[in-house]
Amino acid sequence: MQEKVLLILPCYNEEAALPGLLTELGNTRFPVNYQVDVVVVNDCSKDGTAQVAKNCKAQLIDLPMNLGIGGAVQTGIQYAYRNNYHYAIQLDGDGQHPPHQVPVLLAAQKQHNADVVIGSRFLGNGDGFQSSFIRRLGIRYFHWLNRIFTGNRIFDSTSGFRLLNQKAIALAAANYPDEYPEPESLILFAKAGCTIVEVSVKMRERQGGASSIGKTASVYYSLKVSLSMFFTFIRHSNF
Amino acid sequence: MVRIQILTIVTNILFLAYIARLIVKGKLREEYAIVWIICTLFIMVFSFWRKGLDVMAHLLGVYEAPNLVFTGAIFAILIYLLHLSIVASKLQNNIKQLSQEIALMKMKLENKEVHS
Repeated sequence: MQEKVLLILPCYNEEAALPGLLTELGNTRFPVNYQVDVVVVNDCSKDGTAQVAKNCKAQLIDLPMNLGIGGAVQTGIQYAYRNNYHYAIQLDGDGQHPPHQVPVLLAAQKQHNADVVIGSRFLGNGDGFQSSFIRRLGIRYFHWLNRIFTGNRIFDSTSGFRLLNQKAIALAAANYPDEYPEPESLILFAKAGCTIVEVSVKMRERQGGASSIGKTASVYYSLKVSLSMFFTFIRHSNF
Repeated sequence: MVRIQILTIVTNILFLAYIARLIVKGKLREEYAIVWIICTLFIMVFSFWRKGLDVMAHLLGVYEAPNLVFTGAIFAILIYLLHLSIVASKLQNNIKQLSQEIALMKMKLENKEVHS
């Protein structure tokens, strides 16, 4: 029997990158034992993202107001939950996560029977796109924070390229952070007893649009995420 | 009655009337009005009972009565601000859930229209 996979593309002002990504997805051959659907979540973009998605005949979830990346991804996850998808994979709308790496995540899930699979750019010999010094510093910091809170050794906890199985989908559909959700949700998954596996993937430079996190915002980012990681840890621990 | 007493009492009554008007017009919910009404009552009591402030200050071991007023007022304001932050967080959460529901329903509807 085929297993249903939902690719969630959260988009905010991605009209430049989206058509290319959708065409690429259409041309990608996925393993035959999976039925792969694509849904674009438009987080109330100010540009023509919604129209571009419609022109490409993509399934579109059009949010009436801007919820932030976490809220957008969660809407996609809720769609997966209500339509009984076996797996949900987040694929950023800017094209950083190449579609041909999706089977890598699927294979890793099967191999380890994992609840959450993270596509990481730091495992292995580090080929593919790396990122800026500040971002690497932050990622190191979150690696340690995560290790203190959950004992998991996750090297790329800010990576949005992830696969969730039904257990993780149910969790995230009910409870997912709005802003900067990646590191925080890992605590949530770990505390719920999910197995989290990290695999090496090749990532690219963004194909268009701008990063959601600027230089000044990165200080706020790390503060906010540290705080929410701490409180997620407290909330879901039984002392 | 001293001039300042009359002044505070009149201001108080005007403030109460304004709050009542807001509630009647449906612009202020009763649960948020409670705090304001209690505050006015407090001030009203001390407007009539002029020595009350000194008595309270003495009871609590505060040397200068006005300091008690400032400390009390600032504390009350801080608590109320925290309350407002909680309300804002709750509202934000509700709005998020609403927009997610709307987006998912809109998608369902559009798919139906395409198929029929």
